[in-house]
Amino acid sequence: MEQQNMREEILFTANADPKKCMKCGKCSGACPNYDKMEYHPHQFVSMVQEGNVEPLLESESLYLCLTCMVCVERCPRNVQPARFIEAVRLAKIRQQGENRLKPQDVPELIDEDTPQQLLVSAFRKYTK
Amino acid sequence: MEFLYYPGCTLKNKAKDLDLYARKSAEALGVTLTEVPEWQCCGGVYPLGRDEIATKLSSVRTLMAARDAGCDLVTVCAACHNVVKQINHDMACDEYVRTRVNNYLAPDVPYDGSVNVLHLLEVLRDRVGFDAIREKVVSPLTGRKLGAYYGCLLLRPSSVLAFDDPENPTVIEDLLKALGAEPVYYAERNECCGGYAGIADPEVPEKRAAAVLSNAKARGAEALVTACPLCYYNLKKHAAGTGVGVVYFTELLAGALGVK
Ligand code: SF4
Ligand code: SF4
Repeated sequence: MEQQNMREEILFTANADPKKCMKCGKCSGACPNYDKMEYHPHQFVSMVQEGNVEPLLESESLYLCLTCMVCVERCPRNVQPARFIEAVRLAKIRQQGENRLKPQDVPELIDEDTPQQLLVSAFRKYTK
Repeated sequence: MEFLYYPGCTLKNKAKDLDLYARKSAEALGVTLTEVPEWQCCGGVYPLGRDEIATKLSSVRTLMAARDAGCDLVTVCAACHNVVKQINHDMACDEYVRTRVNNYLAPDVPYDGSVNVLHLLEVLRDRVGFDAIREKVVSPLTGRKLGAYYGCLLLRPSSVLAFDDPENPTVIEDLLKALGAEPVYYAERNECCGGYAGIADPEVPEKRAAAVLSNAKARGAEALVTACPLCYYNLKKHAAGTGVGVVYFTELLAGALGVK
């Protein structure tokens, strides 16, 4: 089903204001996973602001944010880009059938030293 | 000095040394850590979405236990600390979250974020004091060159964590000095280890850990010191062949205090 008011829902979940962004790019410059991401933190901010969320919803970038909070810490305008990535990811994985991590896949993804923390974190980030 | 202590799931399983040596060291320093009764897992990462309510409840239950005990709450795992502290901040400052959580739990006394959440490193620095620790050291770590690895969770976002200078922290180095070791400063000490993203792409922690380890090695560190089981795992997994070890800060502390 087509979601209603997707942009407004994302903005509510993000609880941050994309209009404060001055497009300096510092967030993306500091992001430790920049090279892996198709859309970078500053693009999440501007694309949500423009209502251009479809490409973001389909992007691997959603699962490649490390929640390291570097972009939040270093943004000179307190835009909190990670909150936009989180809100778009939630808009995606909350949809029926869109869980990214399936319990049956876990045995292949872990080894004998894998800490519980890794799995609870991954389930929190990749499933609903 | 008495605190309520929240260990979290990993400290009872894969990171037993982080827990055991925290408790032994605390005892040696005259700090009583009483475990939160019936604690629940914090979930590992702070639920950033404002409308994420259910995922915040386990931390609020822990916080209410500390309030009811009249104690500050102490954490040892960097991830638990980050989650519980940020949720405490939401309960104090975000009326949307506070109202919904209190409506959901319907506690006898609504919770408003009043508890003080401290990481054990903060207790060591601010309550016990590094001078007092230095006096209790029986096996100093003389000659050991160790690199503090802060990672993300103890430091960011600094507006909420208020743990140390987020770009130039010193608490772990200061502890290492008190224990007689020589801290090694290197640029990657507060950059991410790759976190949970190995689940989506194993290359992410591989690259991040390699960057941290090679930087620390080039600066002369023989081992990295962490408070986070996930950092420990990601670093250790990729440290083979580098000669750089990975240790929990509590292991070093207990060793120096002679209780290991
Ligand atoms: S929180 Fe995510 S987007 Fe922001 S700097 Fe870290 S990895 Fe990059
Ligand atoms: S650092 Fe802040 S102001 Fe600069 S581009 Fe990123 S979000 Fe916008």
